This record gives sequence, C-alpha cells and structure tokens, in this order.
Amino acid sequence: MAVETEGAVPSTPEGAQIEDEARIAAAAGEIPRARARAQEHGIGRGVREGLLAAFVALAMLAPLVGLQTDEDINNKLILKTRWPLLALIVIVVAVVRFLMITVLAPRRAARKEAKASGRAAAATPSGLRRFFVPFAIAALFAYPPVVLALSGIQGSLKWVDNFGIQILIYVMLAWGLNVVVGFAGLLDLGYVAFYAVGAYSYALLAIHFHLSFWVLLPLAGIFSATWGIILGFPVLRLRGDYLAIVTLAFGEIIRLILLNWRSLTNGGFGITSIPKVTFFGIPFDASQNGFAHLFHLPLSSAYYKIFLYYLILLLALLTAVVTTRLRRLPIGRAWESLREDEIACRSLGINTTNTKLTAFAIGAMFGGFAGSFFSARQGYISPESFTFIESALIIAIVVLGGMGSMIGIAVAAAVMLGGIEMLRELTVLKAVFGPDFEPTQYRMLIFGLAMVIIMLWRPRGLVGSRTPTIFLLQRKSISADMVREGHG
Amino acid sequence: MEYFLQQLINGLALGSIYGLIAIGYTMVYGIIGMVNFAHGDVFMVSAFIALIVFLVMTQWLGIQSVALELVVMMAIGMALTGLWNWTIEKIAYRPLRGSFRLAPLISAIGMSITLSNFVQVVQGPRNKSIPPLVHDVISFPTSGDGYPVTISLKQIIVTVITVVLLIAFWLLVQKTSLGRAQRACEQDRRMAALLGVDVDRTISLTFVMGAALAAVAGTLYLMYYGTVNFADGFQPGIKAFTAAVLGGIGSLPGAMLGGIMIGLIEALWSAYFSIDYKDVAAFSVLIIVLIFMPQGILGRPDVEKV
Repeated sequence: MAVETEGAVPSTPEGAQIEDEARIAAAAGEIPRARARAQEHGIGRGVREGLLAAFVALAMLAPLVGLQTDEDINNKLILKTRWPLLALIVIVVAVVRFLMITVLAPRRAARKEAKASGRAAAATPSGLRRFFVPFAIAALFAYPPVVLALSGIQGSLKWVDNFGIQILIYVMLAWGLNVVVGFAGLLDLGYVAFYAVGAYSYALLAIHFHLSFWVLLPLAGIFSATWGIILGFPVLRLRGDYLAIVTLAFGEIIRLILLNWRSLTNGGFGITSIPKVTFFGIPFDASQNGFAHLFHLPLSSAYYKIFLYYLILLLALLTAVVTTRLRRLPIGRAWESLREDEIACRSLGINTTNTKLTAFAIGAMFGGFAGSFFSARQGYISPESFTFIESALIIAIVVLGGMGSMIGIAVAAAVMLGGIEMLRELTVLKAVFGPDFEPTQYRMLIFGLAMVIIMLWRPRGLVGSRTPTIFLLQRKSISADMVREGHG
Repeated sequence: MEYFLQQLINGLALGSIYGLIAIGYTMVYGIIGMVNFAHGDVFMVSAFIALIVFLVMTQWLGIQSVALELVVMMAIGMALTGLWNWTIEKIAYRPLRGSFRLAPLISAIGMSITLSNFVQVVQGPRNKSIPPLVHDVISFPTSGDGYPVTISLKQIIVTVITVVLLIAFWLLVQKTSLGRAQRACEQDRRMAALLGVDVDRTISLTFVMGAALAAVAGTLYLMYYGTVNFADGFQPGIKAFTAAVLGGIGSLPGAMLGGIMIGLIEALWSAYFSIDYKDVAAFSVLIIVLIFMPQGILGRPDVEKV
C-alpha cells in the first residue's frame, strides 16, 4: 500500500477527490447512491416512482377507503365497497408523485442552485412593512362598520362573530402563548388549560357571586397566572420534548377534573346561562335600561357582537403591546437568552427559575383573559371546548406564524381559522360533489394536513424573518434560520 | 386479597397492550430523538385495519376458526401498518430531520390530527363493535366467601403474545445486523453513516418495526375490548408514551416494564379509588416521574453537554 500511494502524495489523485466528496456527503447524513439517484429527473424515474406510489397507496388505502364498515338494521357491522373512490385516489397519488419527480424536483433543484451561487440579499424593512401595522389596526377597527354597511344588521352577524371574534380570540391566545414558546422557547402543549381556568373562573364566579365581567377579567387573569406558576414549578428542570409532554399531561388533567368534578362544574353537560358582558353597566337586552333602548337602535344581537368584537380587539392589542414592551425589558431579554442557550444564560447570572416562571405566568394570564372573554361570549362552556386539539391549534398558529413574530402569528391565525370557516361558505363544493357533501367534516382533516404541509414547505413559519430586539447601528431583519430555538 | 389479585391480572393484560405501543415510541425516540406524536393514531389505524380484515374473513370468506382469524388479522395488520408508518416517516418526518427540533414534533402533531380525522371521514364517527371473539374464562374458586379469581382466555392470549413478541424483538435488536445498525445509529448517526450503515433505511425500518408492534397491540385491543373508534388513538398513545418515559425512554425492556406499571396503576386506581380519575392518576405518574426521575427506571442518565 505504501509503495502505491508514494507517488501520489504531492497531488491528490482524482479518485481520492471523488471519494472525499462522497465522504463529505456521507458525513452530512446523505448516501452517495441516494444523491446520485435524486439528481436524475427523467420521465422513466417519474413513471417508476409514480407506479410505486400507486402501489403503496393501494395497499394502504384498500382496507380503509375501499371497504367501509357500516351498521345494518340489527346494528351489526357489515362491509360496503367503494372501489371507484379507491381507484380515483390511487390514480391521483400516482399522478402527483409523477409530477413531483418530473416537474417540481428539477425546478426546486434549479432554484437551490441559483440561491447558492448568488448571495441572498439581506432583507431590510421596506416602506410597506413599516406602514403595515398601523394600516392593519385601522382596518381591524373599521371592519364592523364596513360589514354592517355591506351586508345589513342580520347579515353582519356571521362576519363579525364567526370571522372577526373567533379569529381574534385565537390571535390573542397565540400571542399569549408566544411569550412562552416564541420568546422563552418553552414548548407548552397544555396552554388550553389556562384558557379553561379563565373560562371556568368567570363562569362560576359570575353565576354564584354575581360579579361583573370587568371585575372578573383581571381575577381570571390572576387565577390563570397562579396556575401557570403552579405548573411552572415542577417542570423547571425539564427540557424540550419532556416539557412538552408534561404540559400536555397537565392540560389533560385540568380537562379531566373539569369533566369529573360534577358538583362544581356540572361535568360534561357544562355550565349554561353565563352572564353577558355589560357596556359600562348597560346590559344588552330588551329592557328599558338596555343598550338598544338607550341608544334608540333597533333591537338586535348584532350590536352586542360588534361590542364584543371591539372588546376582544382591544384585549388582543393589549396582549400585543404588553408582550412587545416586555420583550424589550430586562425580563424579555432574559427570556430570549433562555431560548437561545439556557446554560449560557445561567452562567451569566440570570435567575432561570424566575425567568421561566414569569414566562409561564404571563402567558397563562393572557390565556385566562381570553378564557373569561370566551365564556362571556359563548354563554355556555363545557370541557369539550378545552381539548388537546385546541392546544394543538394554538401551538400550530404560533409555529406557523414564525415563532416570535407578532404579525406572522396574526396572519397565521387569520389564514388557518378563516380558511376553516370559509370551508363552510363554499357552496361551490356542494355543486361539484353533490348535495350530500358536507365540507365541515373535512375541517380537521384539512387542518392537520395543512399543519404538516406548511411545516414541510416553510419550517420556519409563514413570516420567516424577525427584527432582533437589540441591534448594532442599523435595524434590519434577519432570517429566522439564524435564530436558534430553545430546547426548553 | 382475591380482589387485589384479580386487579393485578386485569392490569397486566392492559399493561401489555400499553407496553407494545410504548416500544414504538421508545425505539423512535432512541434513534432520532423525536417524540412520534402520531404513534397513538397509527395504533388506532391498525385496529381499524384489523377490524376490516376480521369482517372480510367472517362475512365474505366465512372463516370460523378464531385462531386463524387472529393470526391473519395480526399478519395483515403488521404489514399494512408498517407500510403506513413507513410512508408517514418518508413524507412528514424525513424532510425535517435536519430542521430545528420542534419541526418534526409539530409535523407529527399534524399527522396525528390528520390520521384520526381521515379515519373519521372514511369510516364514520361511530364506535365500531364486533361480537366477542374469545369468551372462555378460567375460574379459580377461592377458599372462604371471597371473589373467585378469574382469568379470561383473552387475557392469557394478550400476555403470551406480548411476551413472545418482546423476546423476538429483543433478539432482533441484539443479534441481527439490523439491530446492530439501529444501536449504532442511536449512539452516533454520523459515525454510523461513515462506517457504511444506511441511516435512512435503518430509521425507516425502525418506524416499520414500531408500527408492526402497534399493529399487534391494535389487534389485541380490538379482541380485548371488541370496539374501536377513530378517537381511540389519543389516550392509549399518551399513556404508552408515559409508559415509555416511566421505563426510561430509549430502553426496550423499560418500555414494557413501564407499560405494565401504567396498566397496574390504572387497574388498581380504578378498583380502589375512583374510576373517573384513572387517567388523572396515569398522567400524574408521568409528571411525578419526569420531575423526580427524568431518566426513568431503566434509562441512562442524560449528560448535559455545552
């Protein structure tokens, strides 16, 4: 061996170079063979992969889609077949896979190459970006009158309630959770527990002690914050995935207690006739002192909804203002340093215990506010509203919005929830799939798929850049890829 | 005493099912450090596959033998569920492997929601019940007027199949080249790649193995309870994860041990305290274990690196 390599020592032989490349590729977790295969975008490979995908889809879906279990009149399970549907899905899968290989993959490779050759320009806040926030807030304030003018009093109900209030509640929840996940980097999968604490605090205290919404709103926040600290204490030592699972278990425990403590919470039947919010003491009802009567307006629930809309808008903006301000305070800096590197953070003398607990408490407090608003708005709450799915939805909004970016989160909430609500509105789908087609049953399926697809497409969220809290000389956005997320 | 013994037997059978699911969590966590949140729903999908295979066999093919039915349900379930998990890994987790740490977890949560709602859409939201497959019961009459302790045949089947599978998987991981590759990837993925281990393939096969065990659990679950629902993945999934953590995540015997412990805790809690709060008890165990013993019973302590 020594004799053979002797002559080749000064200049690296060609073979060795190739081998080096392969080794680098292998070190990056890639296998040379796989890379070579991936570079081939021919029609032949597309057909091969398409057929393979079709075969896999056929095997996977044959029992679940091709056969349907159904009850007959004796309540016995019988099987029905749906072969045409199965065939359709398999063909679609094959075609999509074929197109991915022959059309999408070369294009993506070309784009990657272009990106690698030319340095990507650093994004600077453009004029549009700077005026976006005031413009968006003005638009949100103008939304109810515009809707009222466009679709009349009764027609506005749906738009203000289903789209406006519903989305804003989630925006507020996501901004609250953002303190814990986006700023402090602690993944909390049980956030809905604090929402539930706020909702039940309001409902129970309003019913049994006849306290007003305005007294109970801060109280609900305090209760939730206390629960945040109670949860925070034991999980202080945990990191990453473990923290996520413990918070999830905590959320489930709260829900199960609400479900089973029947003497207090009425169990699964929930609490009904929760008092409404009053407009500085003026109730929204048909009485002499009611809102409609005092302001000489026709009696309609639309005014209450519009009032609620402004209320939640203000609460959400309060969340945004408080959290962005907190972020610039020493405590906010401590959160972010905790997210970036906990050990370095501790080494610099930051009390990580207090830092984590304040993050939990403040995040929980906003959850509590949102919860008490939710229960006043619904007039009815049950443990059904506080399942894990809700937590997953909120966390999805935070992550898809690009963790830490306030605007991104608001946009993500509007896209996810607005999209889901829109599904209800689409009568076109009914025309295509027949009158039996009920789009709402695909709601959660589409939501789950969207979560996966957006994660694959833009793992850093829809708004992938953020402005650093501290900057040297010039303020500019940096790509979120450069910001490390915390490990809890 | 007899009552206690009876609860131990019930808990053991339940715990075996949790343990089988927990192995899937623990293997995936061991090899890529990811909580495969969708694993509980993969288990649910496997129970549905078993249900449909059962219906095909009894109604279309007219097979009467229960043993044959169970074996075929498990075999087809293992193959198809393995394929499901293989596809899920390839689509939803592999592209995110180099991404930030929360990315695969979020993707897995999305996958979990997708799977349960997919099954709801294609199979309907109702509970699907089948007549009991096995109903023989062995009774041990006890002295005095205590309860007779009974062991049903299905409890024996669950326990025996679990033990056999556990031994088989233990041998697979310890003795075969695939097991060696898995353990190598667990220790150092990059080094394993440099030494010629096909990392992607190993990870894929780990998912397939986890799913195959979940499929056995799914079949046993269907046989044991006789009913399955699209939402049945969540609770057993979380409990199995609790079991994996309790036993020490990354450890195969630990997962089984943790599963049995969770099963026993649940059975004993339901028997002596309150059946309403049995899930609260299981989750509280998770929290307590993670706080006081984060490495679990048989796990290795985690060394913090800077």
